[in-house]
Amino acid sequence: MSDVQIITGNQAAAMAARLCNVQVVAAYPITPQSQLAEILSQYVESGSLRAEYVRVESEHSAMTVCISASTVGARVFTATSANGLLYMHEQLHWAAGSRLPIVMCVVNRGVGAPWSIFNDQQDSLSQRDTGWIQIHCRDNQEIMDSVIQAYRIAEQVYAPVMVCYDGFVLSHTMMPVHIPGANLVRSFLPPYKPHTILSPENPKNINPVLLPNPRMSAEGILCDGYMEMRYKLQKAMEDSREVIIKTSREFADAFGRDNGGMLWEYRTDDAEVILSAMGSVAAEAMAAVDQLRAEGIGAGVVGIRVFRPFPKEDVARAFRKAKAIILFEKSISYGYEGGLSSELKAAFYRTDIHAPVHDYIVGLGGRDVKARELVEAAKSSVEAIRSGTPEKHTSWLNCITE
Amino acid sequence: MPENLFKMNAKEYILPGSRSCQGCGLSLAYRFALKALRENTIVTLPASCLCVLHGLYPNTSVNIPCLNCTFASTAASASGIVAGLNALNKTDTTVVAFAGDGGSFDMGIQSLSGAAERGTDFIYVSYDNEGYMNTGTQRSSATPMGALTTTTPVLTKQQHKKDFLKIMEAHDLPYAATTSPSYPIDLYEKFVKAKRIKGTRFIHIHVPCPPGWSYPTKDTVRIGRLAVETGIVVLFEVENGKLRFTGRSRTLAEKGNKLPIITYIERQGRFKKMSIEQLSQFQKWVDSRWNEFLRRAAN
Ligand SMILES: Cc1ncc(C[n+]2csc(CCOP(=O)(O)OP(=O)(O)O)c2C)c(N)n1
Ligand code: SF4
Repeated sequence: MSDVQIITGNQAAAMAARLCNVQVVAAYPITPQSQLAEILSQYVESGSLRAEYVRVESEHSAMTVCISASTVGARVFTATSANGLLYMHEQLHWAAGSRLPIVMCVVNRGVGAPWSIFNDQQDSLSQRDTGWIQIHCRDNQEIMDSVIQAYRIAEQVYAPVMVCYDGFVLSHTMMPVHIPGANLVRSFLPPYKPHTILSPENPKNINPVLLPNPRMSAEGILCDGYMEMRYKLQKAMEDSREVIIKTSREFADAFGRDNGGMLWEYRTDDAEVILSAMGSVAAEAMAAVDQLRAEGIGAGVVGIRVFRPFPKEDVARAFRKAKAIILFEKSISYGYEGGLSSELKAAFYRTDIHAPVHDYIVGLGGRDVKARELVEAAKSSVEAIRSGTPEKHTSWLNCITE
Repeated sequence: MPENLFKMNAKEYILPGSRSCQGCGLSLAYRFALKALRENTIVTLPASCLCVLHGLYPNTSVNIPCLNCTFASTAASASGIVAGLNALNKTDTTVVAFAGDGGSFDMGIQSLSGAAERGTDFIYVSYDNEGYMNTGTQRSSATPMGALTTTTPVLTKQQHKKDFLKIMEAHDLPYAATTSPSYPIDLYEKFVKAKRIKGTRFIHIHVPCPPGWSYPTKDTVRIGRLAVETGIVVLFEVENGKLRFTGRSRTLAEKGNKLPIITYIERQGRFKKMSIEQLSQFQKWVDSRWNEFLRRAAN
């Protein structure tokens, strides 16, 4: 049984966390995540969610509480944005290194200095190498669905998951969302089984100092060194692709909605020009593609849903017929280009994909991104490629650059 | 309450072969603390000498479950353990955070203040070897005036020690105490008492450190005692705002015969560059604190 409600992205995330019966919530307010922290407090104080809510004094502590509570065996949830996420940075590594199935919503926002409360994806993209799975949502339904899937993925691969969605564009915008029934979610999501238990019956020293090489335990068993543990995290991240795809498929069977696993495609069957992006810009690109097609350009969209693990095999398939690839990114790796651009080009290495890639930086600090602007950018790129100038320096769309 | 060492819990929780230095005051303190806390305890601790004492993976010299955490996060880590145990209805376990002075007075202060303000049900222990010892004896805000450290190598520490107990008392704690491993019964009793109380309990332990303070390893207990005899360290407990001297500090207060600080200073290499001016400032600082304690205990 499922009912449809018109809700914001933050409401969708809060409802999803409640449907997943999270047992410990620790959060610290920051725009545009605050509403999510508030709704969860409301749930806990009014008794509609039976959880411990720790009203911490910082994001560093929010993630710490999640780490420790998850270690003792509770299902945990937190959410943050921008500087809050950066303040957690040390703990993001600690969570992944501890192999804990923590789920966190990242309500994407530009990072200071100078301050911006508005949306871009510099925050989550700059946490690429922390060992977290990163899912980017294109609309509020995907937020709901991805949080539920995130627990199932995290608790199978023992790696933490960030469910990212654009601040204001999704977090504060009302959209119709199917709310799944509690029983359906319960049957999709088995109870959390911790991999280590911190209990007086079995004293263990969790996350102590390690030496470079494997060492013998007192019982004579050769135990991992630091590097083996790192390899295992990398392996788990690589293997999580299968789990993400399977989870998405099983979710589609149970709930009737398919979010696409690692990526999703729109009108790509006969597309020669492929627009690609993450999050809500990817949804905007769908509108752009409709307009491009009306003007006679065979365009489609590949929405990158999972940024880590990077969908290498999936993009090689999805882009194989492209003659031109046009990216719209809400973040920049200073001194180089948009993060997605580098990743995609690396994924195309030694494939048959030789199409030119045009990279557009868009919408930083909340600057509006209109479908019409994407259409114009795409047309100018297609024109440039046709007239024999395939490569182009990263362009900043709708930005005064001189 | 044990009136002598033989009436303490005889069980040992630190196995032979810990990685602390010879004569380590911390290892003594930890031994008696764990005896008082007993089995149903979970410890969380940050990067520190105590983290090293617990041993290198995969072996540990401590028979109590322990969760290591990052340097700034000890009290938040305890909060997470408490929240997780509550969520799972396991409420009879004592959760104890154990951090050094650096991990408490300096970097850990934010998460500690947060956890204490929330009234988190745990014991926070700040063991104080008066410097960042694990990283090579650098200055902390707990280092006393006039001490040489590797980051005050020429001029010595210019400031007095931070009065951390005052900061913790400002959180209106049900129980706060200071103790020293040179007085194991005092230490043991305070942990037994803290274990029975609900809410955030804070215990400060002054732990002499031979390599960091530069004195012979055989003198640890004596140095710890001299700190108390001179009134530099005052043994007391504050229960719901009421201060009470304990142990040796109580008899000193009654008899008024505390020693001049020079008897403590002169035995430690770290004070060898202390100026006469610093010595007299330090003495004044000790005397005025001592008088304040006397006033408070009389009320
Ligand atoms: C964020 C961070 N900064 C610095 C360090 C390095 N570090 C590890 S332990 C330590 C000092 C510990 O001093 P203290 O808390 O007094 O404990 P002790 O070593 O004296 O027992 C420092 C600076 C760290 N682990 N984390
Ligand atoms: S440096 Fe000091 S506190 Fe640290 S283990 Fe050695 S004696 Fe103990």
